[in-house]
Amino acid sequence: MASKKFLYVNRKAPHGSIYAQESLEVVLIGAAFEQDVTLAFVDDGVYQLMQNQDTGGIGAKNFAPTFRALGDYDVSQIYVERESLEMRGLSKEDLMPLTYEDEDDDWAEKDSIHVVSSDELADIIEQQDVILNF
Amino acid sequence: MSVLHIVNKSPFDRNSLDSCLRLAKADSPILLIEDGIYAVQKNTAAAERMQQALSTHSVYALRSDLQARGINPDNIIDGISLVDYDGFVELTTEHDKLQSWL
Repeated sequence: MASKKFLYVNRKAPHGSIYAQESLEVVLIGAAFEQDVTLAFVDDGVYQLMQNQDTGGIGAKNFAPTFRALGDYDVSQIYVERESLEMRGLSKEDLMPLTYEDEDDDWAEKDSIHVVSSDELADIIEQQDVILNF
Repeated sequence: MSVLHIVNKSPFDRNSLDSCLRLAKADSPILLIEDGIYAVQKNTAAAERMQQALSTHSVYALRSDLQARGINPDNIIDGISLVDYDGFVELTTEHDKLQSWL
């Protein structure tokens, strides 16, 4: 099966609805089928990547640590829209570090998260074969 | 006679907070829960609105919802009080009515 470019666009905050958690499940399934997976975090979706999420007090599953598994599934293209971060008073330092090991570069550990402008993200959207929205 | 206003939606996703601030009487308290707590952070596009709201309302936010979302309690707008679930219950019993801006 030829691989396609899949983009998952995440626009919802993590714990107020089930969208974020479901998206991550579908992303991992797509990656397991060896598709070319890209993630975009826009609007309140950027909150999904916040560091130090602790859901013990609200009785909900804390799925944030699962993002760290993405690198092992060869998901290394994670784009966060700069404008969405700025509107929320956030910067890359507020987000959890996500990395992957680059097999073409002696398995060097590299950053998966790229903060990009709206224009850059628009280009990334254009390059996809399939776009899934959450 | 006072009404406790509760907001549980992100100010960047819905207009619940704006409607609340427009329609809540001065001096009626506002409680932020769930995704509503994203309004507490400094330096956001909602910070000025919250700052203004604090001049006429007491504003509370549920601590567990901040922790769940990784929001540092040290980086919230001055004047917003954090409450735990007991404080939440107390607020609801102290007021005759509740208005939840779903």
